[in-house]
Amino acid sequence: MSKVDTRSDRALRTSSRPIVGNRVLLTLLIIALASVAFLPFATLSPNRLVSGQAVMLWQACRPWQWIALAALGALLLVSAAGRPLAARPACRVALLTSLPLIALLLISLGDYAHRALSDASPAARVSQSASFWVLLFVGALVAVDALQRLRLGLVPRLGFALVAVVLVAVCLASDLLSGLSIMREFANQRANFLDQLVRHLVLVAGALIPALLVGLPLGLLARRREAWRSGLFSVLNVFQTLPSIAVFGLLIAPLAALARAVPWLAELGIGGIGLAPAIIALVIYSLLPIVRNTYAGLAGVPAGTLEAARGMGMTPTQILWRVEVPLALPVILSGLRIVTVQAIGLAVVAALIGAGGFGAFIFQGLGQYAIDLVLLGAIPTIVMAVIADFILQILVSLSRPAGTR
Amino acid sequence: MNAPVASSHRASRLTQVRARASGNLVLGGLIIVLVALTLGMGALEPLFHALFPELRNPLYARDSFLNLMLAHIGLVLVSSLISVTIGIAAGLFVTRPVGREFEPMVSSLAAIGQTFPPAAVLAIAVPLAGFGFAPTIIALSLYGLLPVIQNTIAGLGTVPQTTLEAARGNGMSRTQILMRVELPLAMRVIIAGIRVSVIINIGTATIGSTVGAKSLGTPLIAGLVGNNLAYVIQGALLVGLLAIVTDLLFERLERRYSFGG
Repeated sequence: MSKVDTRSDRALRTSSRPIVGNRVLLTLLIIALASVAFLPFATLSPNRLVSGQAVMLWQACRPWQWIALAALGALLLVSAAGRPLAARPACRVALLTSLPLIALLLISLGDYAHRALSDASPAARVSQSASFWVLLFVGALVAVDALQRLRLGLVPRLGFALVAVVLVAVCLASDLLSGLSIMREFANQRANFLDQLVRHLVLVAGALIPALLVGLPLGLLARRREAWRSGLFSVLNVFQTLPSIAVFGLLIAPLAALARAVPWLAELGIGGIGLAPAIIALVIYSLLPIVRNTYAGLAGVPAGTLEAARGMGMTPTQILWRVEVPLALPVILSGLRIVTVQAIGLAVVAALIGAGGFGAFIFQGLGQYAIDLVLLGAIPTIVMAVIADFILQILVSLSRPAGTR
Repeated sequence: MNAPVASSHRASRLTQVRARASGNLVLGGLIIVLVALTLGMGALEPLFHALFPELRNPLYARDSFLNLMLAHIGLVLVSSLISVTIGIAAGLFVTRPVGREFEPMVSSLAAIGQTFPPAAVLAIAVPLAGFGFAPTIIALSLYGLLPVIQNTIAGLGTVPQTTLEAARGNGMSRTQILMRVELPLAMRVIIAGIRVSVIINIGTATIGSTVGAKSLGTPLIAGLVGNNLAYVIQGALLVGLLAIVTDLLFERLERRYSFGG
């Protein structure tokens, strides 16, 4: 966009609306169109390890799917334009278009997989490809952009997210996508998948609970004894800097030695590899954000408020629980949010020392050059991280005192 | 930094200088250890023999540690240069009048993107670009982009409106304001973003060896797979030291850009 355009935009705004009302949406549409034109939508391969032939969107779709996709694209184009719709109705149209768009993509892909595989060898595989991901991404971003512009409250946003999750869940649970290579990988690993999901959650919970039990008092200590703060923070900061795999690796030898020296520890399952070193490393990583945010939250309580509490005759314990903790809670929960997302990600790497979790699929897939197995580990991890982030974000905004949300 | 110091503050100033001197000593020592270990890990062979008597080859010898270190630094340097260039450019674009409309979208992309685990991003980059150096660079630069964008936007946002008005009142052009006022004032926050990005990349480059990119993770992963703890320790020590030294260097750089203490 040249400078001349924006200037004329400004001039037009007083009299009539500009030609392009939403440049973000227009950019997204251009990206989507380019991906349809130049990138494959799916790949068809003779078996799970060989890379296959590219299938473009127009080759994969039935005519009605094509027409529907084009119609949804046209609707989005209209809502990107400044006329005839005003800004808010245009955003509502875009928001309502995004979900059918995502559904239609899933339907087209799943339908193509079933058709392509019906007259192919049993080993043949259909996988989603670059253009599918770009279109899915664009669909999600259209919704994000519309939600941002509409400035909806927490409840409608939550409702929209819920509808989107239900939609995708229905597509996954039904027979629709069962032809896809990644879903067949899932079907082969179904029991194992649940095990690894539980393992992953155990790793994350096993890291968060001890980190909270140790980190919250440490944060309070840092607030009460300012002299200890810089020393404590720099020690924790060093750990935060170390690459996770290095920490996992360095813990193996001491823990193995410990397990040899103290047999009852070994009986508890503590050893050089497996859950124990993974959880210890994750706890170490989780400490800094919790301690730092607890400290920052407590330090952010205004001195005047504390004085008022003392003036009312509250005891130090009462001040802590009834004044300081409630006021510091949003910052503390933001720390928990950082730590949860971080632990979900680091638990992936823990698979390298035999702790299991979704990382097991990723590294097994990388070893076998089986991309769909990699995705079977990577996608659920990302979804888990995004969901955890979303839930904790809501908790953070709920913990803010009423009127400041 | 150059702010006048009141005499009552001289004592705290002195402890600050003393802390900085001991900080320099620590940094210098760590750099010496890092270089010495990279070049002379072989000298520690008897130690590893003594620690792990059951291992026949307790010293990683498939590649020199210098090569691995340089490959690791190369991976991080190339990807960080890409992230910093694109990240600052994108941050500048969305804070100018031309691109302001894109700011909420870019900010939330940077925020959502950072919830993606780096290891998962690395694993997903593989089918896109094939195994080896290229997918690792793509994944590292993509991931490293996010903190740089976020901090560029945040840093430029901290520049007070009155300062900008004063600059305009002095008759400075838009480019002059950007180069002489906004960027210098935002530089500390931008560098903090680059620091986060580089430190994450040092860690993720270590895992890059699972997708075929040579790095200090190569002996580490080889040791984990082949049950050779000595390899694991050698790789982990070097990569850990590299991360700490880099972090301390960035801390120093950040301090240089903090104005008025």
